[in-house]
Amino acid sequence: MANPRSAAPDIAFRGVGLSYEGPDGPIEALHDVTWDIAPGEPVAVIGPSGCGKSTTLHLIAGLMQPTAGTVEVGGRPIGKPRAATSFIPQDLGLFPWKTVFANAALGLKLRGVPRDEMRARTEAALREVQLEGFEKAFPRELSGGMRQRLALARAIAVDMDLLLMDEPLSAIDALLRETLQQTLLELWQRSGHTQVLVTHSIEEAVFLGRRIFVMSPRPGTLVRVIDNPHMGEPGFRDTHDYDECCRVVRRALETGAREEAVR
Amino acid sequence: MKRSLVSKVLCYVFAVAFILVGWWVTALIVKSPALPTPAATLPVVVQFAGALWPAFWLSTYRVVVSLAIGTVLAVPIALLFARSKRLDALFGPVLYLMYPIPKVVLLPILLVLLGLADAPKIALIAITVFFQVLVAVRDAVKAIPESQILSIRALGAGRWGVYRHVIIPATLPAVFTSLRITTGTAIAVLFFAEAIAGSTGIGYFIMQSWAMVNYPRMFAGIIGLALLGVVLYAIFDAVEHRVTRWR
Repeated sequence: MANPRSAAPDIAFRGVGLSYEGPDGPIEALHDVTWDIAPGEPVAVIGPSGCGKSTTLHLIAGLMQPTAGTVEVGGRPIGKPRAATSFIPQDLGLFPWKTVFANAALGLKLRGVPRDEMRARTEAALREVQLEGFEKAFPRELSGGMRQRLALARAIAVDMDLLLMDEPLSAIDALLRETLQQTLLELWQRSGHTQVLVTHSIEEAVFLGRRIFVMSPRPGTLVRVIDNPHMGEPGFRDTHDYDECCRVVRRALETGAREEAVR
Repeated sequence: MKRSLVSKVLCYVFAVAFILVGWWVTALIVKSPALPTPAATLPVVVQFAGALWPAFWLSTYRVVVSLAIGTVLAVPIALLFARSKRLDALFGPVLYLMYPIPKVVLLPILLVLLGLADAPKIALIAITVFFQVLVAVRDAVKAIPESQILSIRALGAGRWGVYRHVIIPATLPAVFTSLRITTGTAIAVLFFAEAIAGSTGIGYFIMQSWAMVNYPRMFAGIIGLALLGVVLYAIFDAVEHRVTRWR
């Protein structure tokens, strides 16, 4: 069990909506989304494509502003990207022209961390994800799993208290994916940061979400919140609770799809 | 590493041999004093090196300065346009209409405006280079995935950070690729400008020799111009390799 550290921020959505101008008139990506995420809580957001789940991450990261309602992180409306938030986009956002070390150190560099400290913290982060010895390699020379761990190292290096991930494991094969999910779980258990994981995989949502937010598309709305209190317990993946929770999430997704068909 | 270097050198040796043999055979077939054989040309180049040298340097100076001016103007403008939807919408069509115009036709205008010395030649080549680099860099910026911009912004980068860590490194290869490709055109334009106006540079050297029916001297000039092209091309190729190490 993780002990949510007091420093980790909470996240509050109040009637959040987001519309943008599409080619055939305005498109509503999010409609009236309200939720609270507690400090240090790991949440998984799941839903079919077009349900606005990535948009919610962009809002929390401060990359976009809502067109309705408010988004608060740590009690403050989010205006621009926050220093202690790490965001891992779907394609990991690694820069192919930077070495492994430069990629991992980039967040620190942009924060103006002194050179020696930057070196030490980057090396520690790379060690934590077992990438030491690859500092001079370029991302193209790494395997999929290693690239994934590099993205994680970059997030760790900045001493984040909020980790946002947009389907970070979607390009990884099944077996390695479970290993990396375990890595993510252990990282969260050690650091106690607030975590929002966007995924389309039911198993991943149940393995990594203490609560699971189910969303439905057109426009993106929150349709159900599923509690998953046993998440993170040793051997959870092999328990009845895990299977049961997967079933509940699947049913919620199916219901969402039916309701959408009716609408 | 060593092996690839050896095979590379062998490839170049073969290429040079192929060109020389092709030249030789053509010269034997044509049998004209205007096309001497390689063996007849080499001593001539040495013989006229003294006369050719100043013209060679002047032409080199003109091309290099033009390439620099064209690039220095094109890159920032391309970066700005490509990141601003409004500017691009406004100037995209302008670029579309201007790009295909062969810039050499502007030479008479430039001659009237800028005289017969270096300025019109440098301006003409710089305009040619400008459009090539502008279009290449603009396309390269547009090819940057939006997720990379999001990623760098999420890491805390401001406007300058986005340029420094993403846009500039992502487009640098395109700058050198376009320069390498433009080199040939730039030298062709240089030849044209020097041949038509003024009394300096390799272009003039070649046409003057032609007028004097001094074919060996003319050929020395042609070799000089070709050499200039090859050297510039090789330099850009090497730099391009250096900045695309990550690919």
